[in-house]
Amino acid sequence: MKHLLSIADLSRAELDELLDLAASFLSVTQRETPKVPALRGRTVVSLFFEDSTRTRLSFETAAKRLSADVMVFSVATSSVKKGEGLRDTVATIAAMGIDAVVVRHAAAGAPHRIAEWIDASIVNAGDGRHQHPTQALLDTFTITQHRGRDLSGMRVAIVGDVRNSRVARSDVQALSMLGAEVTLVAPPTLLPETLEGWPCTSAVDLDPLLPDLDAVMLLRIQHERDASTRFPSLREYTARYGLTEDRARRLRPDALIMHPGPMNRGVEIAAAVADGPQSVIGEQVTNGVAARMAVLWKLLGAGGDVV
Amino acid sequence: MSEYVIRGGEVIDASGRRAADVLVRDGSVVEVGTALDAPEVLDAVGAIVTPGFVDLHTHLREPGDEDAETIETGSRAAALGGYTAVVAMPNTRPPLDDPTVVRAVLAIGAEALCEVVSSGCITVGRAGEALAPMGELHRLGVRVFTDDGSCVMSAGLMRRALEYSLCLPGSVVAQHAEDDSMCAGGSMHEGAVSSRLGIPGRPGEAEAIIVARDIRLAALTAAHVHFLHLSTAASVDLVRAAKRDGVRVTCEVAPHHFTLTDEACASFDPAFKVHPPLRSAADVEAVRAGLADGTIDAIATDHAPHTPETKERPFEEAPPGMLGLETAAALTLTELVEPGIITLEQALAALSWNPARIAGVDDRHGRVVAPGAPANLCVLDPSATWTVDPGALASRARNTPYAGRTLRGRIRHTVLRGERVVLDGRATR
Repeated sequence: MKHLLSIADLSRAELDELLDLAASFLSVTQRETPKVPALRGRTVVSLFFEDSTRTRLSFETAAKRLSADVMVFSVATSSVKKGEGLRDTVATIAAMGIDAVVVRHAAAGAPHRIAEWIDASIVNAGDGRHQHPTQALLDTFTITQHRGRDLSGMRVAIVGDVRNSRVARSDVQALSMLGAEVTLVAPPTLLPETLEGWPCTSAVDLDPLLPDLDAVMLLRIQHERDASTRFPSLREYTARYGLTEDRARRLRPDALIMHPGPMNRGVEIAAAVADGPQSVIGEQVTNGVAARMAVLWKLLGAGGDVV
Repeated sequence: MSEYVIRGGEVIDASGRRAADVLVRDGSVVEVGTALDAPEVLDAVGAIVTPGFVDLHTHLREPGDEDAETIETGSRAAALGGYTAVVAMPNTRPPLDDPTVVRAVLAIGAEALCEVVSSGCITVGRAGEALAPMGELHRLGVRVFTDDGSCVMSAGLMRRALEYSLCLPGSVVAQHAEDDSMCAGGSMHEGAVSSRLGIPGRPGEAEAIIVARDIRLAALTAAHVHFLHLSTAASVDLVRAAKRDGVRVTCEVAPHHFTLTDEACASFDPAFKVHPPLRSAADVEAVRAGLADGTIDAIATDHAPHTPETKERPFEEAPPGMLGLETAAALTLTELVEPGIITLEQALAALSWNPARIAGVDDRHGRVVAPGAPANLCVLDPSATWTVDPGALASRARNTPYAGRTLRGRIRHTVLRGERVVLDGRATR
């Protein structure tokens, strides 16, 4: 495995291996000294063309806990702002002799193009509305921590701005690979134009699904990607699709409540629900570091011992 | 000027096909017959001698974007593709909405390796708000009016343009049929592939809606509307019905719309980004059927050069468009004639005499190869195969979606007003 660009590129065996690795690394991160020398001497560049807090920090933390050297390329202060093209930017970085590039870009396929241009391993940290494979890994890992590896018959709802969501596109693929039955819930204007080829179903009403769900994942409305023109008002959206306290009470007591962040409290999820006993949102963040350690190790450290 | 004979080929034009030599003197065909002799010979053995091709849809980029293409480099690409005339699209900088700019393009074009026919804008600045000086442009020879690259969105303004065109003999209003409001932010065909890739789409209905509307407007005004680069099954059906009803409508298709599908976009290579976008396999089939039954009048390249820098942006951020002049004839033979979808005569009609008539240049292009006709000719070897090498193209840009593809059909010679501008597959200047 040279790159991680899309969940669709993974076999079931590779997904299983990454989940196993994530479990091992989770135990590492819980040690007093949460660091292993697995990637000592390797250099990982974080190249974020689009704003991010948690994903960037999570990747950098993961790389450092594996003892890799981390270079941060901040677009805001870089030559990109001076008009440098994508290809020149990555060629410059590649010329410095690096092993992996963690890429986030506002446009779909940017990491795929970069992977064609340079030798280093490319990790997709989110490309446009297309894919966010490490988010899917950490989401899947979080669910399997609670429910075991076989998710057959498990019902998961992904609610909200699915059309603009790379998280949804990745999660549907990863969860269905493990047997989960995924339902995308949103007004028709926030669902993809077609679900042809998607291993999931869709619904426009959340309420009837609530009692049967094993997990519910709320998505943020992506105003920056035109989502707010697709329904009349946030008030109306919350009324129909928000996970309010009332709706949360109709979930089974063991149903997991998830959110990839960043959250808009009071819009897609009520504050009390986000902080409530069924929420695993904090675990998702913790697991994110372990999942990303698994990916970096798999791409760069294959052959060596994990810990 | 020189005298030479194009010897040993099969002549195919609107009058039919026959084995014949063609004697050219002083820029004109002077004799067509057997065993003709002249001081010089142009070898056409095993090849087809046909009126030169006419492209209804070429972006030459000059003025404004000469780093992507110039009138000279674009005309060289055209000549190598068998074209003796191209209609230059108006989305230059500044646009072709002013007599001064059109005069400049025509002046530079006079030196080119093919005839450069200037289109003119429908609206000022292609902004869709006020009519461009269509009459003044018509006086300079403009016959094709278009805002190509942009759709004339206002039905009221489109009606006015069609009505006004009635006082400009031989003119045609050519629409880039894509409803902006349905395509905003879209980079590829809306369907299963765009949904999977998370790339916002440009639905086929955005085209069909404008086609349906403008057919009504053409019927209302009795003016001639031409649809540029049609790409969907629904549009082809609409045009077929309109022609049956006697509406003055013509249309063209670009080679990429009968060759490629939206699946190509899954590579994220912006070489495959174009407006209107590469469509579904069903649309490709419908377009091919439209060519076969004559609903589609012309094959036009939509040759759209872009610099490597801009085409190295991510898919959603790269400009739309692909090169076409040097590959169109070969794609027509490879994708349509060889599989038996259309005949060779239909292919040449769609590349030459049909578009010549639509562009209003049929007095000098696409004519029957007979004494007195201007010598605007192309000698095409239909069996020669070649592999597309972006680096070997004459175009200044490199954005062909056919890199590495092996095609059948190669231009051997191109003759412009008697001048041999392409000899044995090479431009002579």
